[in-house]
Amino acid sequence: MSDTPGEYDSDVEAAIRENHPALITYITAGDPSLEDTKEYVEALDRGGSDLIELGLPFSEPIAEGQTIQAAINRALEAGTTPEGFFELVDDLETEAPLLVMTYYNMILQYGDEPDVRPFVERAAEAGLSGIIVPDLPAEEADPLRDACDDHGLDLVFIIAPTTEGQRLDDIMSQVSGFAYVQARLGTTGARANVSTATHDSLARLSEYDVPKAVGFGVSEGDHAAEIVEAGADGVIVGSALVDIVASSDETAEAVERLEAKAAELKDGARRGADSITVDAEDAPEPEQQ
Amino acid sequence: MSTHEHASETDDERRDGTFGDYGGQYVPEALMPALQELEDAYQRYVLENEDGFMDEFRERMRDFGGRPTPLQRADRLSERYDREIYLKREDLVHGGAHKLNNALGQVLLAKYMGKERVIAETGAGQHGTATAMAAAHLDMPCEIYMGRTDINRQRPNVYRMRMNGAEVNPVEAGSGTLKEAINETMRDWATTVERTHYVIGSVVGPHPFPKLVRDFQSVIGEEAREQVQEKAGRLPDTVVACAGGGSNTMGTFHAFVPDEGSAEPRSADDSSGDEPREHVDLVAVEAGGSSLEIDEDEGLAPNSATLSTGTDGVLHGAMTKLLQQSDGQIVESHSVSAGLDYAGVGPELSHLVESGRVTPTSVDDEAALNGFHRLSNLEGIIPALESSHALGYLEEHTDELGDLVVVNVSGRGDKDLETVLEETEKRDLEAAPDVEVFDA
Ligand SMILES: Cc1ncc(COP(=O)(O)O)c(C=O)c1O
Repeated sequence: MSDTPGEYDSDVEAAIRENHPALITYITAGDPSLEDTKEYVEALDRGGSDLIELGLPFSEPIAEGQTIQAAINRALEAGTTPEGFFELVDDLETEAPLLVMTYYNMILQYGDEPDVRPFVERAAEAGLSGIIVPDLPAEEADPLRDACDDHGLDLVFIIAPTTEGQRLDDIMSQVSGFAYVQARLGTTGARANVSTATHDSLARLSEYDVPKAVGFGVSEGDHAAEIVEAGADGVIVGSALVDIVASSDETAEAVERLEAKAAELKDGARRGADSITVDAEDAPEPEQQ
Repeated sequence: MSTHEHASETDDERRDGTFGDYGGQYVPEALMPALQELEDAYQRYVLENEDGFMDEFRERMRDFGGRPTPLQRADRLSERYDREIYLKREDLVHGGAHKLNNALGQVLLAKYMGKERVIAETGAGQHGTATAMAAAHLDMPCEIYMGRTDINRQRPNVYRMRMNGAEVNPVEAGSGTLKEAINETMRDWATTVERTHYVIGSVVGPHPFPKLVRDFQSVIGEEAREQVQEKAGRLPDTVVACAGGGSNTMGTFHAFVPDEGSAEPRSADDSSGDEPREHVDLVAVEAGGSSLEIDEDEGLAPNSATLSTGTDGVLHGAMTKLLQQSDGQIVESHSVSAGLDYAGVGPELSHLVESGRVTPTSVDDEAALNGFHRLSNLEGIIPALESSHALGYLEEHTDELGDLVVVNVSGRGDKDLETVLEETEKRDLEAAPDVEVFDA
């Protein structure tokens, strides 16, 4: 726990709490090249991202939908390697803390023997603030969590619509940075609307005093508003940004559109927060927290 | 704090979902409650026979599946190799392969669990066929994911699945083989997990699948162990099975794993053959493809010899041996037989290899094709190309066999005739018949 009021356990938690409601953006590193990724990350930072997730591509991305799967394939075809990824992070100077999102085998294989430590050491050295691993449930996470603890990195866990009861308690008691609330069952991918599962999940989580950010399917400012209004501390957007990268003809065009999209999303999140305040002011008897 | 410290009893059992360093549950969080539910169902229905589940399973395997399958003495192979060769005839299971043992077990389990729909991946199409048959038999909606390459090389099985009422969803990603089909099935499962059971096709995937599938398949070895004692009066010296994911391998080996008495040296002319032996050698034959090397630049392995050449890592929910590049990307595997074409292998098999109980080996495409033709010609049995790897081993490693050998013929080869014709024409195969008569 933090020692001083106003200070938080980690850069990640601080980025969410202090910039409430927070915008968390995702992009696949190396799509279409690491040079382009550097410009895209800087654009997302300028556009108002409070945290940025960088995808380190893995050949079997079982949690991703078509958009990110295709981006990963492009990045792998462009020859993206873990070392190239870390060199990109070495070079980046963003206001938003950076997280790496990748699959467990990529973490295990970095270094000479299957072991999580070399990856975590290198991640810390490059200045990453945390790690998200979509195929690592809490049950299997001890080795990675220990390594992250030793190097001051957050290990972010995903809460799925199916996570309930004792399991939910167990995971929430271990949350580090923020709880990544999966908005709907299935894979990543931009959707046209906000799932009702999001509202149910946020309601289930309301009693836990942990930052909650919602991802999987968020693509527009209006979604961000709705999600923040439903009680989230942040929104996570990936596929909609990867779509921009894929559909832009030139790097400069993508940069411009990414910055504008981030601004739209951040704006939407703020609107969501404002409408809560207005509701609270209008309400005759505000609910006891 | 870790979840272990405040774990319930079922949590402790889940932690037993490992075999030495291998196994585990490396899946998206959304699937974890379903794995817990499956583990609970496995415990109750399979291990404790709740509601007579195992009785119903055995009865259906008998009446619908055609079990027990024979253990046949192969007279001409015995003569050729100058030792006793017995064939476990899984090609005679309904559907033509051992895959039905597991598919029927899992679809029935899905019914007992109250699931509304089953999905499965398939490589050779044999598991897809078995699942489609089991689903039709048990009146359960069924969808199958299959890589595009495999659809093209296993058309008869695609048609069989459709005839049994299953949807077949082509998977275009990657090289369009089993690995990609598994990825896609996991994505479907992660979307529909609350009402869907994923009938995984081999002893792979997250716990409890490797144990569950092994238990449904272990009927092969249980029968074979009893039958060989009846027919030959003792346990075999060597048991041979092909290994893709490893389900026919584990199914055949499981009953013999405890038979690990002192391994005395022996030779083919060792006349102690009629002495009861306590040690049974277990040999897993993988697909050597065209070469055992991995092309790191291209990310390709022209083989699927995971146990023989793979390294430890995590794929499709388990820590196991994998064909991967040094940085962790999984490579595309290759084998002339679609059912062995997979970059991973079951975690229990990895463990048994690591501990020395199972000997991994491989034969190349050509040896498998020769094995295919030889069994067809000498014994009147047309084996699956997968099983043909085990048969190719007999020919290429005769000296390593004991006097009494059991070979699992995991399936029949009707599905492979197109491939065999095409591949045979490209080569000068010693065991192949002359097929010029077709060319006119
Ligand atoms: C006849 C046959 N044998 C063997 C295999 C390989 O699978 P496993 O190693 O799981 O038995 C297959 C796979 O489809 C098959 O169809």
